[in-house]
Amino acid sequence: MRWIWIDRITALEKGLRCAAVKNVSLAEEHLHDHFPAVGSRKAMPIMPAPLIIEGMAQTAGIMVGHARDFAEKVILAKITKATFERDVFPGQTLIYEATLDRIDAAGAATTGTVYVIDPAGASPKRELVGVIELMFSHIDQNMKGLAFPEHNFVFTDQFMDLLRNSGFGGKR
Amino acid sequence: MNRDEIQAKVKDVLVDALGVDDDEVVPTAALGADLGAESIDYLDISFRLEKAFGIKIEQGEMIPEAALQNPEFVKDGKISDAGMAELKRLMPYADFSALEEDRNVTRVVDVFTVDAMVKFVEMKLEKK
Repeated sequence: MRWIWIDRITALEKGLRCAAVKNVSLAEEHLHDHFPAVGSRKAMPIMPAPLIIEGMAQTAGIMVGHARDFAEKVILAKITKATFERDVFPGQTLIYEATLDRIDAAGAATTGTVYVIDPAGASPKRELVGVIELMFSHIDQNMKGLAFPEHNFVFTDQFMDLLRNSGFGGKR
Repeated sequence: MNRDEIQAKVKDVLVDALGVDDDEVVPTAALGADLGAESIDYLDISFRLEKAFGIKIEQGEMIPEAALQNPEFVKDGKISDAGMAELKRLMPYADFSALEEDRNVTRVVDVFTVDAMVKFVEMKLEKK
């Protein structure tokens, strides 16, 4: 299994915003442990909230990286806020919308909203899942003068291919 | 804006950025040692202060990174006399009395008290 928690990027405006979607699937192994059948309670597959945060981190991280042409190694450094209003289930689609609040040489601050669409639901409208605020660090510009490997191990082929297949170039 | 107003806004910034209670943010509280701030939190605080006060804080302005990496100012993890003079020049809003006794460079962040933050903002607003 791969550590990619978004399936497609649907919008990318340099230095401003990024949007992505993720389809929650029963083919994802961890859903069978979250949560398994226990006693008389049947299995309850629910998308783990920390992985929703990771999806937002990947969406916002790509936005922050793209703002500086992927020259920086962008690392999630702080989850300032993460609130959740509802659970998300297999068969539903998560929508991530991230905006860039502030960026400078040291790092960036982002705000994001998560929505869910239920294809089987009464209404095709998207519902609010939560709000996630994050901070990223440009680790090559760190205060302590620590050196990191030269190649960009953050924006790997996995993310660049995703960008390209979503129709957004994907050149480093 | 008077000092009380600045202090109130700085308090809000620190409560939001560090997730501490209102009553923990007293003037003598050190952001690192007492309020649990880590390096990314200083960036968060810097961004929030910019927004709250309409000021611009350059990288290295709040925490003098370049000076701390200069071998003339920091030797074997200790701040030299030249280093102390430079830090006092760069950060007139901070109280260096504790650092005078213990020159350990890891203690520099201790000068960042709530009071130092308030004075820093006052200084920035005056320069505007």
